[in-house]
Formats: sequence, structure tokens, C-alpha cells
Amino acid sequence: MAPERTGRSARWVSTFGTWDVLVIVVLALVVVGASVLVEGFATARFWGFLLLDIVPIALIALPMTLIVITGEIDLSVASTLGLASAVLGQLWVAGLPLALAVPLVVLLGALLGAVNGLFIAGFGLPSLAVTIGTLALYRGLAYVVLGDRAVADFPIGWTGNSIEALPGTTVPWVVLPLAVLAIGFGVLLHATPIGRGLYAMGNNDQAATFAGVAVARTKFWLYVVTGAVAALAGVFWTMRYASARADNGAGLELSVVAAVLLGGVSIFGGRGTLVGVLAGVLLLMTLRNALQLADVPADTLTVVTGTLLIISVVGPNAAGMLRARMRRRRPSAPPVASAEGA
Amino acid sequence: MGAAAATLAALLLSAGCASDDEGTPSGGASAGGGGSIKEGLSVAFLPKQVNNPYFTVSDNGGKAAVEEFKGEYKEVGPSEASASSQVSYLNTLTQQGSDVIALSANDPNAICGAVNQARQGGAKVVTFDSDTNKDCRDLFVNQVTGPGIAENQVKLISDAIGGKGKVAILSATANATNQNAWIELMKTELKKPEYSGIELVTTVYGDDKDEKSFQETQGLLSAHPDLKGIISPTTVGVAAAARYLSGSQYKGKVALTGLGTPNQMREFVKNGTVKNFALWNPADLGYLAAYAGAALASGMISGKEGDKFTAGKLGEYTVGAEGVVVLGPPTVFDASNIDQFDF
Amino acid sequence: MTTTTRPESAPDAAEARARSGAAGIRLGHRLFVAREVGIGLALLLLIAVTTAVNPRFLSGQGRRDLMLGATILVVLAVGQAIVIITRNVDLSVGSVLGLAAFATGKLFLAMPDAPIVLAILVGIGIGVLCGALNGALIAVARVPALVVTLGTLYVFRGVDYSWAAGQQINAADMPAGFKSMGTADLLGVPLLALFAVAVLLVAGFYLRSYRSGRELYAIGSDPAAARLHGIPVGWRVFTALVVSGGLAGLAGVLYAARYGTLDAAAGSGIELNVVAAVVVGGVAIFGGSGSVYGAALGAVLLSTIGSALPVLKVNPFWQQAVVGALILAAIGLDRALAARVAHRLRGRKARGA
Repeated sequence: MAPERTGRSARWVSTFGTWDVLVIVVLALVVVGASVLVEGFATARFWGFLLLDIVPIALIALPMTLIVITGEIDLSVASTLGLASAVLGQLWVAGLPLALAVPLVVLLGALLGAVNGLFIAGFGLPSLAVTIGTLALYRGLAYVVLGDRAVADFPIGWTGNSIEALPGTTVPWVVLPLAVLAIGFGVLLHATPIGRGLYAMGNNDQAATFAGVAVARTKFWLYVVTGAVAALAGVFWTMRYASARADNGAGLELSVVAAVLLGGVSIFGGRGTLVGVLAGVLLLMTLRNALQLADVPADTLTVVTGTLLIISVVGPNAAGMLRARMRRRRPSAPPVASAEGA
Repeated sequence: MGAAAATLAALLLSAGCASDDEGTPSGGASAGGGGSIKEGLSVAFLPKQVNNPYFTVSDNGGKAAVEEFKGEYKEVGPSEASASSQVSYLNTLTQQGSDVIALSANDPNAICGAVNQARQGGAKVVTFDSDTNKDCRDLFVNQVTGPGIAENQVKLISDAIGGKGKVAILSATANATNQNAWIELMKTELKKPEYSGIELVTTVYGDDKDEKSFQETQGLLSAHPDLKGIISPTTVGVAAAARYLSGSQYKGKVALTGLGTPNQMREFVKNGTVKNFALWNPADLGYLAAYAGAALASGMISGKEGDKFTAGKLGEYTVGAEGVVVLGPPTVFDASNIDQFDF
Repeated sequence: MTTTTRPESAPDAAEARARSGAAGIRLGHRLFVAREVGIGLALLLLIAVTTAVNPRFLSGQGRRDLMLGATILVVLAVGQAIVIITRNVDLSVGSVLGLAAFATGKLFLAMPDAPIVLAILVGIGIGVLCGALNGALIAVARVPALVVTLGTLYVFRGVDYSWAAGQQINAADMPAGFKSMGTADLLGVPLLALFAVAVLLVAGFYLRSYRSGRELYAIGSDPAAARLHGIPVGWRVFTALVVSGGLAGLAGVLYAARYGTLDAAAGSGIELNVVAAVVVGGVAIFGGSGSVYGAALGAVLLSTIGSALPVLKVNPFWQQAVVGALILAAIGLDRALAARVAHRLRGRKARGA
């Protein structure tokens, strides 16, 4: 068992390594191609707008990467965002100052994540089913809280500042805290025992348990963090659009999952890097915004998103199969070939 | 190198101005107040959502107008009616440097920031069908006045139920700006003494989705057995309600009126489910929005109250208070005239 | 143990799950019947309470509305149950429904005299094509169904939107014969609902009585073991996806007949309700157990809740939250029951030894 595992993980390293690089190369090609072909793409203004569009997806993609690496999923993030937004609006209407309401809402997000974590890590229920349930539940509660009303009278100090650019540039300042968080998550995932534990869980829960990883506890806290980050994204969303609504961010979970998978994280867990995911987010959004700038209709954008998602999974899979086939042809192949025979 | 190019550009620009000053007959901007529409204006229509038949008709009206004044027309928009995706399209239009943006807002506030950025980028923004806050757009082309709609709808339902009984409203989404304004005005209208026999029992929301509206109608009739009439001031809602009624035992017993398109309602008027309903012509609405935007972008009007402009075949319009241009009274369709319309 | 492809790379976990699952399967039918009876009771209770509040809920018209309202969801839930039993999922059903519904409308626009049977065949055919694409990607390229069908959810809807290009097909454009199918009754039961009943009975009979039907359960319990047993796993999964696609296509035709007015958005978002119905109906999300009858009951329960809330004058905004809570309750209950059964089995075994 043991030697096979190390052999396998070594191969994974090479697989995701190349996929990472591929995504970054494609991203570079898209940027170069669009700069030449699409008028208005290579402008500071385009990138300012693009970064604002990216922030909520990138933000949620950070903890989502960790969750998918452990082999689980969280489809309720966009509903958490919406509920956070609705509650923020309701608290503001009730007269609470935003400086107090915002931390409360992030706390609420952590609580919503804890509910997911309790069902998944505590009761051992499948995360797919649980988070489909909370996807409906949290979005429904958002409507219960705010109905179809919109709260829009937030102070301009908050709404205006949320899209403010760094002095002398068009880069929105919110990119800075996003970058800090990204580095934090990156260090956690790639440079700590906790991160290694996440990969171990993704490869095999039981093996991870035997290796001393507190599987249930780690998963629980992952969901708590995801909930809090999704709520934070909800705060940003509310301020950017100066509008608290129950339908804020509806369907965003699909973009986040698409970006994470596109970034080379395996849907079965155990594989993927944060750099790859950030490249995936950038690729997905750059392509979308560039096509939009080139007057490609919304219908086609929908098709492109779906196709990218499928390619992102078929691609590494096909590459893996191809590599396996090539290896099998080689006579000196390690026990892989005989195992496949079974 | 760069400096040389800039100088060259400046020279070209001043040459252009000079020729204008000499008074070429086609110079658009020179004439103060009146004048004519510039050629080659880029006009973008941004509906609440593309793929919505109502907006397809109104945008095509806009397209006809843009072709008349020789501009460049395009229609962009999200496939789902959400405010955030409209912001993204507004940003794109800003980058593309559109001259005129004709917009139907999904949320009066959420898109204001993006609209203002577009205006800072040089675009004139005209809202139609559904307005934003009045301080973030240049003009609002209103299909009718709210009181006009309320008066019309209440009159139609009162006639249909003989001035007595319970009625309900089937609306679109509950935060659609125009719907809520009309509903409030209908409530005011119902307080008039001639409508004292009519009681408005509830308002339900079909979200402008066919299936949801259908089910809400069904729910209305089981929750309120003695309901006499339904007002549905939205095209999706009234068609769905008519279809439910025409296939149920309530056909001909529960009156229905609202705002609908002749093509969708023709069958139900002919089979007796619906006696009459009303609507403005959405194609005219888009047509007027395009002309209003072009007049702004050509410097013919500034958007202040009292400004006058001519909108092609529709004739002359005057900007009212708060930058609102009103298309005209709604048309009432019944069995006698419905076949004259095709939209 | 294979190491080359991802899907079987977690066989340890799969075996562990299968082992605990096998215990459940032995108590199989008794439990599922209990589950179906439970949902049935919940449904009866809901109808009783709602009718007590407003007797018209069960009037002739009310009964018809309830049956018609459940029809489309039941057809979709039966297809989804077959897919989920094999430990896959089909999230693209809403988009397939939309595509098939719009195709039906287009067909009648082009040939107003087209026979209804042709419309049904065209709808199913489109669904089968979509399902075959899903199935091929899942079975041949060995890509997880969740991701494939999430992708095709976008793709099929995008195709639908492009094709419709803002066009709406009105009830007036549909031939009277087709529309009357949407409103006709047979022995007091709406004709459309009979389609759902027929689909349910055929699927239920097949899963219970045919070897290949039973094999779907084996695949869902443990794909690796099923493969070792010589079950053509890829082919069965492909077929399940094709069936789900075909049923979604049929649902599209039924949708067209019932609603008459069609645009490209028909059925958007319904996949969530379908998965919810199946899970509430007792089909385990990781496959291997459950029945199409349970899934159909789940669908009826969900659509009845939808109709009952406005009658009970509950704020309609609660509807989605109730669906979510129901999913959580259903899977939580399943786990609690399974744990109890396993505990009892262990106890029996211990005593027996």
C-alpha cells in the first residue's frame, strides 16, 4: 500500500503541475489575444472593472479550494452571500451602524457555515446533499428576511469607498485585502501541517485519520471559515452595488466551482493548488469580460462557461489516461499496469 | 513620437472645428436649441434581460429609430434579469464609448454607480420602461403616467365586474419600480366613491415568470373563492392568468384585465376569457427612447423641463418634471380592434 | 486496485461505504416501504390541513390543479432517481426541458398540422441526444456527472437562448388538438398526469424486475465491485443518463402542452427541485438505494407544498426555505435510520455468535 501511495502522489504532483502551467499559459494567450483583437481590452479601465467583478468570486474560491481538496463541496456559498446581504440590509434599516452590522453579518456567515459543518463533519452526511439543502434554505431565508424589497440607502462613505481605486491607478483597493487573504490561504494550504492534512483527507479520509489528522474537526472549521468568507463577500457585494437584496449573488456558486475546477483542483479531492485556482478565476472572468467587450451575446457566454467547466475536468482526465496508456506500453512499468489488469 | 502624434491630432481637431464654424449646412452641434440629430451616433439598448419578448419588441422599435437617424444600433444585456449583470454590461458600454445608452433598470439603485460612470465617460443615458433614481440618468421615457395606468386598469375591471366585488392584483416581482408605483396608485384610485363597491383583497407576485404567474392565479382562486376579478398589470402575468382561467371552471365568471400584448391575448379575447385589456405600444416606447437619447447626444436638448424634441413619426414631445417624457395614454384592446395590432 | 483513473481512486472509502450500505440493503425493502409510507402520510396530513383551512383545495378543480402541478416534477424525478441510484446526478434536466419545450413550439410553428405523437417523439429525441452527450462524457471520458451536467446545464440553456433569440411562442400558435391535451381529462384524471403515472410504473417495474435494472443498484452501491462482477458499468450509466435526458425531453413536451406560452427560459432552476424531490423521496444521494416510487412521492409532496402555501396564506417567500429544510431533514432522517438499523444488525450478529 505505502509505496504505491507515494508513487501515486508523485504522479499527481506532475499532473497538477502541468495543468497549473497550462491554465496560466492559456490565460496569457487570452490576454495577449484579446489585447490585439478586442478594442478597449488593453486599458486600465477594463482591468479596474474586471478586478471588481473578480473580487467576490476569488474571495469565495479561496476557502472553496480547500474544501474541494478535502474531497467535499459547498454549494451553499452564494446563498450565504445573499442571506448575509439581506440581513445586513435589515440591520441597517433597523438603525444599527454599519461598523457594528458588518462584523455581526460575518459572524452570521460563520454560523451558517457551522450548520453545514455540523451536518457534514458532525453527522457524516454527504456534503453535496447537505449544501444543496442549505443552498435552498439560506436563499429562502434571505427572501424571508427581506422579501422582494431592496435596501439601498447605505451611506455613500461605504458604498463609494467599496469601489474606490488605489491612488493613481484604476486598481480597486479591495484587491489588497483579497491578496492578503490569498497569501494567508496559500501559506495555510501549501506550507503547514494543516494543509498537508487537507490533501491527505482528499486522498483518503481513513488514511488521514490513521495519520493523525483530526478529519471531522478540520472539515467543520473549513465550513465555518467558508461561511464567514462568503458573508464577507456578501458585504462587499452589497456595498459595491449599493443594494441589499435577497437575490444577490444568485448562481454565483456555479462560477466559483467552475473557477476552482478550471484551476486544476480535482473534484475528488487530494489535488490542486491555490495559484492554479487564482489563475482559473482570472481566466474565467477575463474571457467572459473580453467576450462581452467584443459584443458576444450573453447566450454564447453561457455556452462558453459550461464548455470551459467540462474541458477543465475532461482535460486533466484525458491527459491522465493518455499518460497511463503510454506508461503501460513501456515494459519497465511499475505495478500500475498489473493493478489496472484487475 | 507620442508628442508628435498628439500635435497632429490637435491640428486635425482644430481643422474640424474651423470647418464647423464656417457653417456647413450639415453641422449638427452648431445650431443651439433645435438643430438636427448627428449621424453615426452609437446607440446601445440594455433591456432588463435579452430573450424577453417584450424587450425584443421595444428594442426593435429603437432599432428602427436608430436606422432613421443613421446611427449604429446594438442590443446587449444579460440573459437573466439581475442588477449586478446589468452593471457589468454598463461597464462594458462605458469602455466602448457609447454615445447613447437606452436602459430598462432591474434595480433603481444598484446600477446607479455604473450609470454615472457611463455618463462621466460621455454617454447620454435614457431609461425606458423601468426607471433608475432620477439623479443618475438624463431622461426617463415613461410608457404612460402612473395615474394614467391606474385610472385605466381600475376602470376596466370595474366595468367588467359591474362595479362590485372582490378583486386581486397579480404583479411581476415585488421590487419592480413601475409595478409598485402603479399598485399604490390603483389603491388610491379605488378610494374614489364610484369604486366604493370594489375591495382589493391581495396582491400576489408571479415574478414575471409564466409558470409562477400561472400557479399564483391558481392559488388566488382557491384562497379567495368569491373573487370577482383580477388585474395583472404585467404582460407575462396577464397571459398566464388568462390561460389558467380559460382552462378552468372560472372562465367567463372571474373577470381579468391588465396590461398585455395583443398577440398573446388574442386567443383569450376571442374565446371570451378576457373582455379587454390595455397596453402602450412597446415598439413606440423603444423608438421614442432612441430619439430622446439621440436628441440629448446631439446637443439639441439638455433634458431639463420644457425641452422639446421631435421623435420621427411620433411627432413632438416635451420633457416634463424630473426629466420624464411620457409616451401617451395606453391603448385598450378588445375583440373589435385586436386584429389591427401585431406585436 | 486500479491507479490509472480517478473515479475508482478512492476504492477504500467506496468499499467502506458499500460495507455499511450492504447492511442497509439487506433490510432493504422493509425500510423503503416505511420511507414511502412516511412521505405518503406527510402528504396526506398536508392535504388534510390545507383542505380544513380551505375546502376548495380539494374541489374538482383543486384536485386537477394538484395533479397537473405534480406531473412535470414527477416525470423529471423518475429520471433523476434512476441516475442517482447509479451514484451519478443529472443537473442539466431543466435546460433539456427548456430545449425540448421550445423545440415542440417551433415544430408546431413550422407544421401546424403535425401529429401530437410526432411532437412527443421529437421532444424525447432531443432529450435522448442531450442525455447521450452527458452519458458519453461521464462513461467514456470518466468525468464526474456533477461537473459534466453542471457544464451542460449552461451549454444546453445557452443553445436554447441562442435558438430562441428572444422569440416567444404563444398559446395561439399551438394547434388546438395539442392544447386540449393539456386540459383534457380521462376518468377525472388529467391526461398529462397519466403520462407521469405511466412513466413511473414502467420505470418502477423495470428497476425491480429486470436484471439490468437491479444492476443499477449494484453500480450505485459500489462501482468498483460492480465492475469486478462483470457489470458493464459504463454502458449502464450511459443508459441511465439517456433515460433521464429522454424523460426531461418528454417533460418539455408536457410543459408545452400545459403552459402553451413558451420562451427559452422554460424550466430554469427546476433541477434543484428535482434533486430535492428525489432526496426527500428516500433515494440516497450516493446511490445504491431508494425507489422511483419514493422519488415520485417526494415530487408530489414538494409540488403540493408549493400549491398549499398560498392557500394557507403563508408568506410565499417561505417556500424555498421549506424545501431546503425538508432536504436536510430527509437526509438527516435517513442517516439516523441507517445508523439504527446498523446498530440493530450488529447487536443481532453479536447475539447470534
